[in-house]
Amino acid sequence: MALENDKLIIAGREFSSRLMVGTGKYADFQQMVRALEISGAEIITVAVRRVNISDRSKESLLDHIDLKKYTLLPNTAGCYTADDAVRTCRLAREAGLSDFVKLEVLGDEKTLFPDNEELLKAAKILIKEGFTVLPYCSDDVTVCRKLEDLGCAAVMPLGAPIGSGLGIRNPYNIKIILENIKVPVIVDAGVGCASDAAIAMELGCHGVLMNTAIAGAQDPIAMAEAMKLAVIAGRLSYQAGRIPRKLYANASSPIEGLLA
Amino acid sequence: MQVILNGDPADIKENSTVAELLEQLKIGRERVAVEVNLEIVPKSAYDLHTLATEDRIEIVHFVGGG
Repeated sequence: MALENDKLIIAGREFSSRLMVGTGKYADFQQMVRALEISGAEIITVAVRRVNISDRSKESLLDHIDLKKYTLLPNTAGCYTADDAVRTCRLAREAGLSDFVKLEVLGDEKTLFPDNEELLKAAKILIKEGFTVLPYCSDDVTVCRKLEDLGCAAVMPLGAPIGSGLGIRNPYNIKIILENIKVPVIVDAGVGCASDAAIAMELGCHGVLMNTAIAGAQDPIAMAEAMKLAVIAGRLSYQAGRIPRKLYANASSPIEGLLA
Repeated sequence: MQVILNGDPADIKENSTVAELLEQLKIGRERVAVEVNLEIVPKSAYDLHTLATEDRIEIVHFVGGG
């Protein structure tokens, strides 16, 4: 299969799976562990939050995650300024002892669209401090180019608003980004079902990141498998090279030898 | 002594180090990060860093997220 030697390379690190998944919103840790396993993902996102001081009975996320198997990608979800995002990344590095971060700086609560100005500001500081920055950004080639120029290890344009499940709303923007950016392009946010993931991969994206589409499905385990297969199918379909779209029919069976 | 711990006022043992505070709270040091007055305390300094009255202490860890 063409996929065997087809690795995703981020900041010099090789990954076999092009599906990255989140760890939020699962019914319980058991369901999360199973979904992660079935998805085949190697990179998983986590959030940084205060330890609950008054109630220490709750289990900790990392008790359930095999750190030899997964690369943690801590996010800056909920940060609305560059300062907050940078602070969160520094804490994440100290807690996880890795410099991979999913940088997101949000513009407003309703859309959760990125604040690109603050995002660029934060990316600049973090790269200077040696972080490997994977920024969640708008599906805008200009912003992606600026992030690439700053030294981001990948760009992660949104397909649609976070958690919306609307799919890839502007495939042409994603295509333009792909044609102009050299670092990996990973669609982050907006995927709702397996065909959405396949579409992202068929466009030529290097990977897809999702959380709600799996965790929020009626059967998250089944959806995790569907997403795994969709990402593989989409990647193969992209590599295989699709036929051109034509307006009129082109018969598959020969005309010669027809009975009448 | 009074400190602000994860946003709330808290009373902790006088002159505790970060390591002692984590022990008092039964929090394992491996999977957390600690910040005191907006400065990260590296794990290697937990035994040396003595906390003071009115310190603003943050202890964070990883939770599920996307």
